[in-house]
Amino acid sequence: MPHKVELPYTRFLSPDGQLLGDLPAWADDFNLLTRLYRQMVLTRLFDQKAVALQRTGRIGTYAPTLGQEAIGVAVGSVMHAEDVLIPYYRDTAVQLMRGVRMEEILLYWGGDERGSDFAEPAAAQDFPICVPIATQALHACGVASAFKIRGEHRVAVTTCGDGATSKGDFLEALNVAGAWQLPVVFVVNNNQWAISVPRRIQCGAPTLAQKAIGAGFHGEQVDGNDMLAVYDRVQAALERARHGKGPVLLECLSYRLGDHTTADDATRYRSADEVKQAWLEEPIKRLQRFMVGQGVWDEGREQALISECQGLVQRAVDNFEAAGTQAPESIMDHVYAQWPASLAGQREELLERAARRAGDSSHE
Amino acid sequence: MSNGKVTLLEAVNLALHRAMSEDENVIVLGEDVGVNGGVFRATQGLRDSFGFKRVIDSPLAETMLGGIVVGMAAQGLKPVVEIQFMGFIYAAMEHLVSHASRMRNRTRGRITCPMVMRTPMGAGIRAPEHHSESTEALFAHIPGLRVVIPSSPARAYGLLLAAIDDPDPVVFLEPTRLYRMNPQTLVDDGKRLPLDSCFTLREGSDITLISWGASVMETLQAATALAERGVSAEVIDVASIKPLDLDTLEASVRKTGRCVIVHEAPRSCGVGAEIAASLYERVLLDLQAPIQRVTAPDIPPPLYRLELLYMPNVEDILQACDNVLQFS
Repeated sequence: MPHKVELPYTRFLSPDGQLLGDLPAWADDFNLLTRLYRQMVLTRLFDQKAVALQRTGRIGTYAPTLGQEAIGVAVGSVMHAEDVLIPYYRDTAVQLMRGVRMEEILLYWGGDERGSDFAEPAAAQDFPICVPIATQALHACGVASAFKIRGEHRVAVTTCGDGATSKGDFLEALNVAGAWQLPVVFVVNNNQWAISVPRRIQCGAPTLAQKAIGAGFHGEQVDGNDMLAVYDRVQAALERARHGKGPVLLECLSYRLGDHTTADDATRYRSADEVKQAWLEEPIKRLQRFMVGQGVWDEGREQALISECQGLVQRAVDNFEAAGTQAPESIMDHVYAQWPASLAGQREELLERAARRAGDSSHE
Repeated sequence: MSNGKVTLLEAVNLALHRAMSEDENVIVLGEDVGVNGGVFRATQGLRDSFGFKRVIDSPLAETMLGGIVVGMAAQGLKPVVEIQFMGFIYAAMEHLVSHASRMRNRTRGRITCPMVMRTPMGAGIRAPEHHSESTEALFAHIPGLRVVIPSSPARAYGLLLAAIDDPDPVVFLEPTRLYRMNPQTLVDDGKRLPLDSCFTLREGSDITLISWGASVMETLQAATALAERGVSAEVIDVASIKPLDLDTLEASVRKTGRCVIVHEAPRSCGVGAEIAASLYERVLLDLQAPIQRVTAPDIPPPLYRLELLYMPNVEDILQACDNVLQFS
């Protein structure tokens, strides 16, 4: 039997939006709840549009965030502008909140270098999404080390999935974060599936949060589909890290309602019944039911919100489609601070190749 | 330092002291680099001069070292990370290949990675297994990286300072065999050497000998032996193997018409292959003989009793020179 480690688990709302106990004081702020709800709805509508664009061949492979919106929205809401996000590839929700533009996300997944511009100053120090698994956890420790060396009260926030917690990079990151008591928060989106591998065969420990215990710092679990709970625990984690009390590993229990990416077909490895059951727990309906029960939300507001968000998404799609083609230089200009003189010939060759192919759009 | 002369190892140490005192963003980290001053003592005295916040003894985890410097550099620090031996650098490889070398490109210049990864390289010190590697070609293949190998105290000093200044990631490989050999007079004046240039160590007109790292020593000795026979050899230390200063190599081989490349690494897909291919593209009709390579065979570095057999020596180089000079 695995050694039993008792860790906190937080949930305020039942899947049908009923209050299970006392809420923290901040939850009385209905404007805040409305903003959180709005951001989840916006994320989902954008996410659905991105999948539709992939299905119609207008962007490439995309990693949907369906069903896990509460985690990213909580992280994006709690982080300060001066904090730094070191995300992974299923972080559309939090990236939107950090000021990454929808059209940039579409350009990126649409294979266009300009999608990496992050033109909004709020996100200026945020990392691009990390594709190799768990490596970002170490980059976050480096960012947090810089904060600590300079005596800044900033937090590095990094995200990953449940599968990433199996990788050496993740464990080496936990180890150094604990050894140096770094101001870093590890947010694990435990959506139960690493492509086709379920959580139960990913790791022998009863929880992923307890990996923090071996590294000498605080870990806890939260219902990642309960917007109120996950906001509360992300806030507590960031405050703890910001005030020099060390790192936190927050395991958010959620469910990947969609495929791993648009290139995946989850029906090959999990049952329709399981997914149907998971839909009963998803975060948007849950918060909506709570807000309706509190008398602060109704059908009229819902329709107005959806209409507003659809307009924002459509405008981003229009901007994405109007972006035109990128210059061939864009794949060389940022490889080195200055293109080395000794490679000048290669640059000329590539530009000649581009010129030769101009007018031939078969490779586009 | 004895008689005012410094070894390559002491030159590295002087450059680190100089860089840390010039720029407070420069930090040093790695295994045993603080209190112990590094297993070779390359970082000796830094902890006392600059404190534990800037000279950091790290946990024993090379993947961590490869990744954490990416985050530090992204925040404007200039980390100089020591990997204790080149044989242990591979755990950090994913971070060099997938992150450090392309962070600038992946963010369109918004986030950069001004870091230096230093590590001792090469055989010839009777070290245990995995302590004698010359795998520079693995790094030279990666766009976005610079790979620099000094072969004298002066070049170690000037190139390391330039590597730390450089806004992009640099893999800085220090030939272990040269660490304590051939001390040189060195003025600690902070003067940088260019990262994109070869160094012509000896001018000649009959044959061009190209090398880098510890093999430069035997290559120079071969040139001296050739001079005694009346053959004028030009010796070039490539020093920066990525990017390669092909123009200097081309000009020399165009002049001499003959070329021998010497490296301690195994032959197949070594940097010598890149140099030879590039020279054939540029100077084929000026060549009087095929280019010859003198290298280790394609085997792992052996246990130390036979390591000298693995490494090219002066006789091997002279043999190749004879082949090239007598070709008709």
